[in-house]
Amino acid sequence: MTAPLLEIRALSHWFGGLCAVSDFSLALAPGELVGLIGPNGAGKTTVFNLLTGVYRASQGSIRFAGEELVGRAPHAIARLGVARTFQNIRLFRDLTVLDNVRAAFDGRALYGAAEALGRFGRFRREEARVIAEAHELLGLLKLDDLAGEAACNLPYGLQRRLEIARALALRPRLLLLDEPAAGMNPNEIGHLMEFIAWVRTRFDLTILLIEHQMRLVMGICERLAVLDFGATIAAGTPAEIRADPKVLEAYLGVEEPGCRPAGGGS
Amino acid sequence: MDHGPGGWVAPLLALAGLALSFAIPAYGWLNKYQQMILMYVGINIILAASLNLVNGYMGEFSLGSAGFMAIGAYTASLVTVRLLPAALVPWGFPLAVLAGGAVAAIFGLLVAFPSFKTRGDYLALVTLAFLMIVKSAIENLDVIGGPRGFLGMKRLTTLPWVYAWTVLTLLMIRNFVYSRFGRGVLAVREDEIAAELMGVDTRRAKFLAFTLCAFFSGVAGGLFAHLLQFISPRVFDIIKSTDVLIMVYLGGIASIGGSVIGATLYTVLLEALRPSAVAWACGWLPSFLFEPLNRHVIAHLNVWRMVIMPLLLVLVMLYRPRGIMGLRELRWLVPRRDRKALGKGQEGL
Repeated sequence: MTAPLLEIRALSHWFGGLCAVSDFSLALAPGELVGLIGPNGAGKTTVFNLLTGVYRASQGSIRFAGEELVGRAPHAIARLGVARTFQNIRLFRDLTVLDNVRAAFDGRALYGAAEALGRFGRFRREEARVIAEAHELLGLLKLDDLAGEAACNLPYGLQRRLEIARALALRPRLLLLDEPAAGMNPNEIGHLMEFIAWVRTRFDLTILLIEHQMRLVMGICERLAVLDFGATIAAGTPAEIRADPKVLEAYLGVEEPGCRPAGGGS
Repeated sequence: MDHGPGGWVAPLLALAGLALSFAIPAYGWLNKYQQMILMYVGINIILAASLNLVNGYMGEFSLGSAGFMAIGAYTASLVTVRLLPAALVPWGFPLAVLAGGAVAAIFGLLVAFPSFKTRGDYLALVTLAFLMIVKSAIENLDVIGGPRGFLGMKRLTTLPWVYAWTVLTLLMIRNFVYSRFGRGVLAVREDEIAAELMGVDTRRAKFLAFTLCAFFSGVAGGLFAHLLQFISPRVFDIIKSTDVLIMVYLGGIASIGGSVIGATLYTVLLEALRPSAVAWACGWLPSFLFEPLNRHVIAHLNVWRMVIMPLLLVLVMLYRPRGIMGLRELRWLVPRRDRKALGKGQEGL
């Protein structure tokens, strides 16, 4: 195996006395697509928040492309190439589609405040580049016709896509998707699976995704890690996870004798 | 492709305005009182546009305008009265105003730091506390006149100077807003956490917004001091800050055009509602109509105009919660590149 792009080692996080993530370890090789699953409240989103610096991990280390992420500001982590989307869409609602994407270029437009105020020096060239790249990205994601529209006016599915466009504007190497299929019907989920696969190859990404939709998780992830009460209870290929009794237990609870539903299936 | 008025509208208007600002006093096209109102309009535009940066674009709520204005006013006045030799004063005036802005900007930093930790109502209280500290500090500094105020400034603020500073302010704020820094400030307003996670340095955004706001408020203070030729801590109280707030929210948040409209409307209407002005405007009425109107309505306007203006604001807030131009921009104020990038038929921001 090549050197991992992301290596999480013994990560733990407490909220007060509550242990949200406990001794979590995971390594992602470049180009992998890994799923993070588990029941509600298992600590999946907390892992994302620790990775992106929203919370500072109480213990453990997160190495990304040779850099330690724990202790860095979120924007610094994002600029290193870790981008994410959110469980509940968090677009810049009143800004246009174009400005949503352009906002993410803050770290990649190379001009200073004085150059911006006077519109001189690197400003013009860099702004032209930002606009061109933003349009290119929107074009690739078929959002370019809506460039001038306020983000909040977009239909739900397009808002989800715009969130991915905005994340891609960071030129990330690692993309974290937090429940990308939330609120989608089976047909839309099918399209989303193709879309994620396409984005992954087109932008040369390593992807870690949280998802409850088993069809999506089992369909596109190469490996899975299962969290329950902050601890990793299983890890492996989708087929292995599907057969793991501990996973079934975490999702469905322990079966007690005498409580079987009437006519319980196979 | 046609993208509406091209890049020539704004420069042309700016030049025509500059010519006017020289012509009006030179040819006496307006009387002294009207010229003074015009200068107040300019100063208020500077105040409103700079406050809009924090309250409109960044979505915070600052009550500090009058505080930054006071610092700018006292600094500029001290420079022209105590520091510069008399012969240099007329030439040094822009430098004095600049110094006022610079010192105010330094104090802007002091307010920017708490904004890293606290938001919304709590930050509003911090700015209120800042305003009170500035006011009582001046009251207790006897070297600059304490509560009695400070005078000795020459009337250096002229229509061309006010005009030039106003245009410069609007240009700088526009350039800031349509840059990566301005988009950072907007992203902070929309969702601070998401902004950080998209690589926006939110601290730098806040720091720049507060510093610019403070700088231009200080500039407005310097111009104000050399127009009124007398400043005292009482001039820069919370009422002054609320005046600027009204202009911002009346004109529209996150809009430079809105700040211009709001400040102009507020300043001019407040003057137009004075009894003398209304009586003059109604002078054409036959006397059997004018006399009772004058006696029963116009004569009481001095009391009522302070009721009418806030009422107007309430009405605007009810029917246009984001102000007249809220979140929109006059097309010719948007840089051409950004206008083009947004595609046809779309408004800026």
